[in-house]
Amino acid sequence: MAAVIETLETVDALAAQKYKYGFETNIAMDAFPKGLNEDIVRLISAKKDEPEWMLEWRLKAYALWRTMDEPDWARIKHPPIDYENLYYYAAPSGPAPKSLEDVDPELLKMYDKLGIPLNERAALAGVESPNVAVDAVFDSVSVATTFRETLSKSGVIFCPISEAVREHPDLVKQYLGSVVSIGDNFFSALNSAVFSDGSFVFIPKGVRCPMELSTYFRINARNTGQFERTLIIAAEGASVSYLEGCTAPMRDENQLHAAVVELVALDDAKIKYSTVQNWYPGDADGKGGIYNFVTKRGACRGSRSKISWTQVETGSAITWKYPSCILQGDNSVGEFYSVALTHNYQQADTGTKMIHIGKNTTSTIISKGISAGHSNNTYRGLVKILPGASGARNFTQCDSLLIGDQCGAHTVPYIESRNMSAKVEHEATTSKIAEDQLFYCRSRGLSEEDAVGLIVNGFCKDVLKELPMEFAVEAQKLLAVSLEGSVG
Amino acid sequence: MLEIKNLSASIGDKEILRGVNLVVPDGEIHAIMGPNGAGKSTLSYVLSGREGYEVTGGSAFYNGQDLLAMEPEERATAGVFLAFQYPVELPGVGNANFIRTALNSVRRARGEAELDAVAFLKLARSAIKSLSMPDDMLKRNVNVGFSGGEKKRNEVLQMALLQPGFAILDETDSGLDIDALKIVADGVNALRGAKFSALVITHYQRLLDHIVPDYVHVLAAGKIVRSGGPELALELEARGYAGLEAA
Repeated sequence: MAAVIETLETVDALAAQKYKYGFETNIAMDAFPKGLNEDIVRLISAKKDEPEWMLEWRLKAYALWRTMDEPDWARIKHPPIDYENLYYYAAPSGPAPKSLEDVDPELLKMYDKLGIPLNERAALAGVESPNVAVDAVFDSVSVATTFRETLSKSGVIFCPISEAVREHPDLVKQYLGSVVSIGDNFFSALNSAVFSDGSFVFIPKGVRCPMELSTYFRINARNTGQFERTLIIAAEGASVSYLEGCTAPMRDENQLHAAVVELVALDDAKIKYSTVQNWYPGDADGKGGIYNFVTKRGACRGSRSKISWTQVETGSAITWKYPSCILQGDNSVGEFYSVALTHNYQQADTGTKMIHIGKNTTSTIISKGISAGHSNNTYRGLVKILPGASGARNFTQCDSLLIGDQCGAHTVPYIESRNMSAKVEHEATTSKIAEDQLFYCRSRGLSEEDAVGLIVNGFCKDVLKELPMEFAVEAQKLLAVSLEGSVG
Repeated sequence: MLEIKNLSASIGDKEILRGVNLVVPDGEIHAIMGPNGAGKSTLSYVLSGREGYEVTGGSAFYNGQDLLAMEPEERATAGVFLAFQYPVELPGVGNANFIRTALNSVRRARGEAELDAVAFLKLARSAIKSLSMPDDMLKRNVNVGFSGGEKKRNEVLQMALLQPGFAILDETDSGLDIDALKIVADGVNALRGAKFSALVITHYQRLLDHIVPDYVHVLAAGKIVRSGGPELALELEARGYAGLEAA
């Protein structure tokens, strides 16, 4: 139909629009030579003043990584990544900043553009979200961590992981790599060898973290892989809500991002981990964009513990990501709420793994995939019930929405149940935005764009409502912006 | 004022409208009746700009604006409103959010300030009250799980809030019980005034007891074959459409 062609043209016109966060910050950078070898690993470790045990851990990971191959089972295609042509460490040069006053004003300006309340005073003065603490990771170094004093009063530790390695070695030694082992997969091994920074959170027994914690990651330097490492531990009866948001500047080259996130929840602890991922997705022809290979996993070690993952993935040229829960404690609960949106030539292969080990463990999976343009969107999920998981329950709902006729949606659920008393439910739907829905909205005065935004947000509502309030609004806007001109 | 001249339209190869002529001045309500397949719904879709209908001849102007050259949303912001025969469900989209977005699009186009959520709710609640509709109408998702009657009432609620200059009601009475019919009729009558006009498409005389039209037209085989006052509807009710094509 003529209107389809017309709207496809609109897609092209709008896709050419600039990626909103695609500016570059010009500040002096410290970068090691390209490529990866033992010396680079030693240099990273030395740069961080790491103790010997940390260096050994890294070297072990590096040796293991050398023996491993990239996984090839995901439904993604990309030219081979040249690991020798990447920088593995980049940071603003000079000594690490001691306080906000020492932070490069250019950097502060950039965070300002992104709308992060990094400046403590500004954040306190602003009424919008005074209860959000931010740990900003600029490339490889955490530049500043706000609200730490408030947090430390309640015994919460929230700091760059490089600092935790020095200041809280016992906790790090006990938990680092305990959920995602060094050799878990190719990318986790790589991350374990070269991770440069990330966040560390420890919530002590019985403490409810007094504010939302948030880390804002940003890739800035050219050809720099970002390998952040996050470790969150909630002790008995503790609870925390954590949000990460991600943007990256526009680049022609593809950049690699291989993060590892580990969560540990002890008895009665609750961790809610929310992600809004908006890395640069590449241009309308599929040029450039972030390769996002991320390993995220949470261990519900204690009885009645709960880990909840919520993700809104709109960016990256490639997303390879399966935030998972190991439900070890009896009566523990795992949740995965996901919106993955792909447009143009983006590829997403994302989902979750719910491993039921303990008795009466329950898991819920709600996945909403939206594909537009020439993109491909795959849900891949595993629900595994081990023999001891009597009374385990899972509910999975997997919905795909197609916009236009050049894109693909794929659902690949794996279910393995080895306990007769377990109940596993899987529901899946695939739909298109119907012409009559669009016309109905337009006949009320909504533009085609607004209509699509409204319908897509409605489609994702079950997931968006899981996000902390402050970020749900941002995510809604992001979905609409990411779909601009995608009607077909 | 709506002016339709010699309007012809087809779906695919099938000619549905074959030269419709109709003028609806401001302040008047006209009813269109006619047998199934006469082109009544096609006329409403062509006027509101739905895809899939090819205009093969003629023109349709509203207040001097060439409707056929406008996008559906431009027609809406120009004041044209279509109450759907089969209102569409929008899963996950809150009714209040939907209507507010629509109203603000219309207000923007008119150069009026947009309404925030609080101001809108106040307005919407008073509209709901005056239409004797339940409050939860705003909280539910657009038409999802609505009964046939609720869907039609939701159309009338939207019309009441959007305040169009010209409304097309496409068989809004079908499937309504007598109480719902009155609510719909009250909604239309409340809008009546010097600057409001409407085209009421219906199969049945009974709606016209509640919305008394200024004129009644009979559409048959893609043309208006007879026009008259409200008494024409009574005549049709008594004698049916047989033989009208020849008239």
